[in-house]
Amino acid sequence: MSELLWIVALAPFIGAFTLAIFGASMPKKIAGAVGCTSVGISWVCAVILGLNYTQPQEVSIGWINVSWLQVDIGLRLDTLSLAWMEVVTLVGLLIHLYASQSMYDEDGYSRFFCYMNLFVGSMLTLALASNLLLLYLGWEGVGLCSYLLIGFWYKGVVNCDSARKAFIVTRIGDTALAIALFILAWHYRTLGMQAIINGAPPVAATLVALLILGGAVGKSAQIPLHTWLPDAMAGPSPVSALIHAATMVTAGVYLIARLGNLFLASPAAMLAVAVVGTVTLLYAGLSALTQRDIKRVLAYSTISQIGYMFLALGVGAWNAAVFHFVTHAFFKALLFLSAGVVVDAQNHEHDIFKMGGLRRALPVAFWTFMIGAASLCALPFITAGFYSKEAILGAVHTSQAGAGWMLACGLIGSLLTAAYTSRTVLVVFFGEQKMEVSKRPGGLVVFALVVLSVLSIIGFVGWPKLHLGESSEQMLVVVSTVLVLCGIGSAYVYFSRRQLSEAFAAWPFGNALHRLSLSGFGFDWLYQRTIVNPLKAIAHANRRDIIDAFYTGLAGAARAGESLCKLMQTGRVRNYAAGLVFGAIIIAYIVAVR
Amino acid sequence: MNNVPVIHALIFAGALFAIGALGVIVRRNLVFVLMSIELMLIAASVAFIAAAAKWNQADGQVFYIFIVVTAAAEVAVGLSLLLRIHHTFKSVDSDDVSLLREEGER
Repeated sequence: MSELLWIVALAPFIGAFTLAIFGASMPKKIAGAVGCTSVGISWVCAVILGLNYTQPQEVSIGWINVSWLQVDIGLRLDTLSLAWMEVVTLVGLLIHLYASQSMYDEDGYSRFFCYMNLFVGSMLTLALASNLLLLYLGWEGVGLCSYLLIGFWYKGVVNCDSARKAFIVTRIGDTALAIALFILAWHYRTLGMQAIINGAPPVAATLVALLILGGAVGKSAQIPLHTWLPDAMAGPSPVSALIHAATMVTAGVYLIARLGNLFLASPAAMLAVAVVGTVTLLYAGLSALTQRDIKRVLAYSTISQIGYMFLALGVGAWNAAVFHFVTHAFFKALLFLSAGVVVDAQNHEHDIFKMGGLRRALPVAFWTFMIGAASLCALPFITAGFYSKEAILGAVHTSQAGAGWMLACGLIGSLLTAAYTSRTVLVVFFGEQKMEVSKRPGGLVVFALVVLSVLSIIGFVGWPKLHLGESSEQMLVVVSTVLVLCGIGSAYVYFSRRQLSEAFAAWPFGNALHRLSLSGFGFDWLYQRTIVNPLKAIAHANRRDIIDAFYTGLAGAARAGESLCKLMQTGRVRNYAAGLVFGAIIIAYIVAVR
Repeated sequence: MNNVPVIHALIFAGALFAIGALGVIVRRNLVFVLMSIELMLIAASVAFIAAAAKWNQADGQVFYIFIVVTAAAEVAVGLSLLLRIHHTFKSVDSDDVSLLREEGER
C-alpha cells in the first residue's frame, strides 16, 4: 500500500516531463488533459492512502552515502504530511480543472500546465519528504515554480520584476533555512525526519529554531519578508489560487509544525513565532483595508490568515494551525478563482472601483465569492473558517504560551478581516454596474468553484472540536461573533453613506492614513532605500569588478612579455646565426670555468 | 709533423672557426655565407687532424673524411637552395629573405 506514495509524488513530475518535451507539439486539449490527469492520478492515490491510513509509514531508496552522512530519497506519511498531501492534491486538481478552461485562450498553454504540474510535484515532495534535504529540494522547487508562474506573461516588464522580487526575497529566508539544515546535520549526523523529530534537541536549539523561522517567514510571506506576495499577483489567477494562497505560502507553517520539537525546546523561538504571526496578521489586515486591486486585497488577506497560523504555532496549537491551513486552502482558493472569473469578465481590470454591480451579471462568481468571503470573515456557525479561527483563538486563550495581547490582536484581526472582505464584496458586486461582462465562466470553471464552495462550508465537521465547556470560551465565541458583525456592519455603513467616505478622504490625517495603508505601510519604500538602492550603488561602483582586475593584470603582463619576445623574431638569418654563436660561446664559457 | 705543437694547430683551427662564424654573421651575400660555413667545417677538420696526431690515432683522419663528405652534401643542398632563392627573390641578399617574421615589423 505504501508504494502508492511513489505514485502520488511522481505522477505530477511525469506529467510535467511529458509536457516539457512533447507539450509544444500537442493540441491544446491533450496538453490540458495530460496536466489534469497527472494531478488526478495523484489525488486518487492520495485518497486511497488516506482512507487506509493507520500508522506512520516510510518508503525510501538510497541516494547519498558519503562518510557519516547518509540521505535517502524517501517519502514519509504521517498525520501531518497526510493533511498536506490531501489538500495539495485536491485543491491542485480543482485548480488544474479550472485553469484548463480559463487559460484556454492564452499562449503557452502547455508551458503553463508543465509548470503547474512541476509545482504540484515539488509541493508533494516538500510535504512527503522523509528527510530534510529532500524537503529542501521540494522547498526550492516550489520557489522556482512560483518564479516561473508569476512571470508566466513574461512580455510584461512588471511581471518579470515581480517574479524576480519573489525569487530574491524568499531566497533570503531559504539561506537561513540552509544554514539551519547544516547545523542539524552536524548535530544529529543525519537529516532523517524520524531522528530529528524523536531526538533530543540540539544545544543551540534557539538559534536553529530562529533560522528555521527565517526560512518559514520568507516562504510564508510574514513580516519582514512579506513584500513579495502582493506583487506576486501579477501571475494568472489560478497561479495565485494554487501557489500564493492555498499551498506554497503555507510551506512555512508545515515546516514549523514538522520540526515542532525544536521549537518546543526553545520558549524564545516560540515567542518569536507568535509575535511574527500577531504583528503580521494586524499589519496585513490594515493594509488590505485600502487596496484597490482585487487580487492585492486577497493577497494581504492571505498574509494575514497565515499570520493566524503562525500565532497558533507560536502558542503550540499545532492542530489548530493545520486545521486553519486546510480551511484557508479551500476558501482562499475559492476566492482567488472567483476573483479570476470577475477579472476575466471585466477585460482583465483589477481595480475594484471600476467594477460594480456584478451581483446579477455574474451570479456564479457572486455566490461563490460570497461563500468564500463568509468563510474568510469567519461568519459564525455556517462556515469552515469560523471553526478553524475559533480553534486558534481558543488555543491562544487557553495555552500557557498565549498572552492577553495576542488574543486581543487576534480579535482585532478578525474585525479587520470582516471589514476588508465586506468592503470588497460591496464594491465589486453591489451598486450600479459599470462595465459590460465580456466573458462568462465555462462548465469546468463552475464545477471547480462549486466544489470549493462546498468544501468552504462543511467546516461543520469541526464542530466537535469546538468545546464550549468554560464560560470564558463561550464568551470568546460571542465576542468574536460580535466583532465580525461589527466589521461587516462598519464596511456597509461606510460604503453606503457616501458623505462619510468623502469626509474621511477630506480629513488630512485620514487621507495620510489611507495612503500609508495603500502602500503597505511603506515596507517597499523602506527596502528600496535601505537595501536595494545601496546594493545597486555598490554594484554600479564595482561594475569593472575589483577581483577581475587581478586576472586582467595577468593577461596584460603576458601580453607585454609577448611583445618583448616578438622583437627577436626579425626574420633575418644573420641575427639568428649571431644568437646561435653567442649562445655557444656562453655555454663554452660555462663549461670551461667549471 | 711532430715539430708542430698541438696547441698551435688548435689555435689555428679556433681562428679559422671564428673567421667562419664572423663571416656567417656579417656577410649578407648568401654565397659568402655558404663559403663561411665551409670554413667552419674546415676548422673542425683541422682540430680533428691535430688531435689524431697528438694521440697517434687514425680515428681523427677517418672523421676528416666524414666531414668532407658532409660538407659536400651540405654544399649541394645549400647551392640548390641558393638557386631557388635567387629565382624567387631575384636576389642573393640574406636580408631580403626575411618573410619569417611578424607582419608589418622590421
